[in-house]
Order: sequence, then structure tokens, then C-alpha cells
Amino acid sequence: MTPQDPLLTVRDIAVHYGDRVGCEQVSFDLFPGEVLGIVGESGSGKSTLLNAVSGQLLPSAGSIHYNTRLSDVREIYEMSEPERRFLMRTDWAFVHQNPRDGLRMGVSAGANIGERLMGVGWRHYGEIRGTAASWLGKVEIADDRMDDTPSTFSGGMQQRLQIARNLVSGPRLVFMDEPTGGLDVSVQARLLDLLRGLVADLNLSVVIVTHDLAVARLLSHRLMVMQGGRVVESGLTDQVLDDPQHPYSQLLVSSILQV
Amino acid sequence: MSEMMRVENIAKSFTLHVQQGAVIPVFKNINMTMNAGDCIALTGASGAGKSTFMRMVYANYVCHEGNIFVRHLNDWVDMVHAEPHTILNVRRHTLGYVSQFLRVIPRVSTLDVVMEPMKIFGIAAEEAQVKAEGLLARLNIPPALWSLSPLTFSGGEQQRVNIARGFATEYPIMLLDEPTASLDAENKAIVLDLITEAKDRGTAILGIFHDAAARDAICTSEFDISQYRVASDA
Repeated sequence: MTPQDPLLTVRDIAVHYGDRVGCEQVSFDLFPGEVLGIVGESGSGKSTLLNAVSGQLLPSAGSIHYNTRLSDVREIYEMSEPERRFLMRTDWAFVHQNPRDGLRMGVSAGANIGERLMGVGWRHYGEIRGTAASWLGKVEIADDRMDDTPSTFSGGMQQRLQIARNLVSGPRLVFMDEPTGGLDVSVQARLLDLLRGLVADLNLSVVIVTHDLAVARLLSHRLMVMQGGRVVESGLTDQVLDDPQHPYSQLLVSSILQV
Repeated sequence: MSEMMRVENIAKSFTLHVQQGAVIPVFKNINMTMNAGDCIALTGASGAGKSTFMRMVYANYVCHEGNIFVRHLNDWVDMVHAEPHTILNVRRHTLGYVSQFLRVIPRVSTLDVVMEPMKIFGIAAEEAQVKAEGLLARLNIPPALWSLSPLTFSGGEQQRVNIARGFATEYPIMLLDEPTASLDAENKAIVLDLITEAKDRGTAILGIFHDAAARDAICTSEFDISQYRVASDA
């Protein structure tokens, strides 16, 4: 794979819930190291699209091709279930808005991270524990909390733990659904800073859904604006936010409250 | 002289859908070229569209007609029609832009803010740090402030951090939007020196300078944007 080849190629994806349209006619390419933001109000189809392209929701139409580490391009829904599952726990990661959806609340923080490693074949306890400790450090959680369960963590800590659990196996593609959604502003700033650093250092490709345009501006290179299940505008993040062309994008940008 | 940028028949208008679809025409038929070592001053009264044109060159604003070709790694890239990832590559390696305002993430230190474009450019961390510290010192930002977020700084300090960030990487083409506004005489002279050094290296510079003395001191020619302005009928 050359740097010019897209990692993910999405063509004409549609998801229908019975007669209702989840999303329709969505196409995009995602390149290595690129962060794509999907913005739009509640019900615009952002999360539906994210679930479809991340292998969790079979689309009604369209194709999603992924360029694997073995340099072959595969349609993700044409893979067998075990193949797709393997891809999702090795090459891919999914950060949920609610950390409870992405963590095991009953086991320790260290085990939450270690589980991903065991899933990709790690067996040496000392190495697993050491790697878990180093990832706790990267997401700014003190190592003396390693044996505590996430239920004893604050919301911001839980979210950082979820990020560590997702990134420890060295994924190339990360899907994020409102990762800063439920957090207060100071915690959000810290998480954004952390995410930005990790994305750059690890050269991750990211698809991030958010309704917060400030988050989109800070994290994403490129934006897609969704309305009623369709992409109404896409382009460079600063172009879409500073010179939006579509009526809905203009409405969205002009609705931001000034602090 | 090697040509670095070529603007051909550029037109621009704003359509305000939230205000009953009012169309505000801005420019038509802008043509210009810029060579290595040029320092061209964009002129025109306030509101003539100098910053707008600069943002169009940076692909921050959409152009509705024409082409803006930029020489990127011995190739020509049309900033009007290129794909986003190509434009980002041009911005990383070829085209620098020093805006009037510093936009940063809370909590990130001044040193990291200045080092960031160098890291993206691919310069090793140690080298980037040495260069960033040198620039900050040269622009009279005291070392005690380097580990703090620039969000708490004064307007002039923020602008100097912004300039350090912009000049940290040696882009072949630079866009400077009022780099000397809100600076005192001493710091203004330092910034003009930085611009002159870049020009001497062969950087092609397009700048907005409200200060006539600064303009006369460093610019090789002027480009009056108001002649391309379309009168608004509204």
C-alpha cells in the first residue's frame, strides 16, 4: 500500500430502517493518518453511518472496502464473520460515547487493557501488565489505580481508559462516536489534547462523529455535514466551517454560541 | 526566476442562505503570478477583500471560478480543485499562512504550539525544539512563558507566538496577514528581519501590511485587490 491509497473506501452506502432512511448515498475515501469528522444534528444519520462503516450494521446498499495490512483490499461485509471480528479487535477500534459501552465495568482497569492484548495473542502476564501500566500513563491515569474497577473512576477517567483499551493493540483505524460528549469542559479540553497527540504520534486514521463543531475543528482534517441521512457538504474542515456553501451547513455554523 | 504561484481568472461570491439567499459578489477575473523571492504587498482599503483573497489562496475559502496553481514539490497543484488530502499536503510542506489570530487548544504549551508545524513537516523533535526556542527568544517571548499556554498572553505576545509558529518551517510560499499589526517598534523590526531572511532564501511572500514604511522596506511590488472587486448591487 502506498500513502496515496485510501485505507477505507466507502461507496453509496445506504441504511434503511424499514421505510425510514438512516443514511443514503454516502461515499468517501479515508487516507492513512487522516481524521474525518462527521457533523450534523441529532437524527441526521451520523451514528447510523458510523455503525455501518465500522462493521456493526449491515447496510442496505453500497460497499465498504478496507485496505488490510496484507495489502489486499477487502469488502468488509463479504468477509466471514470470524475474519471481520478479528479485524475489529486488531486493526480497528471503536470509542463509544458512553465508556460503559466500551469497558467491562466489573474488572480492573489493567484487565480492561490486558484483555485486548490477550485477544491478539499475548500470553505473558508480566508483559501484559507492563504494557497496561504504560498505557495508563499515556492516558494520564495514575498506576496505583490499575487494580481498581472502572466503576470507581470519574467519567473523564473512564473515557480515557476506554481510549487506552482501544489503542493498546495498535489499531490503524479508529471510529469514535461523540468521544467527548458527556464530559465537562475542562475534562473535554484535556481529552482533546490527548486524542490529538495520540492520533498524530500513532498516525491513526479516524472517523469521528460529533455534534460539537469546536471538537470537529480541533481534531479533524476533513468534514462531512449530514442532514436527513445525506451528506450535504464535505471538504476541508476549515473551509466547511469558515466558508460553508450549503444552506444547512451555514445554519449549523451560524448557530454556534460565542463564549 | 522560478514561478511559484499563478492565479488565473479567479471569481468569488458569498451566498448567505440564512439571509434569504442574498448573494454578495466579491471578485472577478483576478490574475497574478508570484516568483521565488518576490514579496508582494496586497493593497486596497479596509473591506476590499485582502484577507478574503488570501484565504482563497490557502483554500480556506471556496473559489467559484478560475484556478490557483501552487508549485508543490516540483508539481503544480490547483488549490481550487485539488482533493482535501492534497491541499493538506501543500499546507504541510509548501504553503505557510500566518493569520491575524492564534487558534490553539487549551492546555498546550507555547513551545509545543511553535513546534507543531515542524513535527508535521517531519523535523525531529530535538531539532524542532532548538529552532522553536531560538525563534521565541528572538521574538522576545521570555523563557518563563514557554511552558504556558499562549491563551493567557497579551495580544502582541500571541501574535509573536503565531509568527514564531509560522516561520519555524521554511515554506517555499508564505501568506502573511498583517504580521506586524499590534507590535511595538522593536518587535516589528524583528519580524521584518524574519520576512527579509525568508525572502532572501527564495520564499515567495504574499502579505498584507497596513504599515506603509514596513511595506516600502520589504516588498518588491504591490497588488491592488480593489481593481478586481465587484460592486454589490444590494
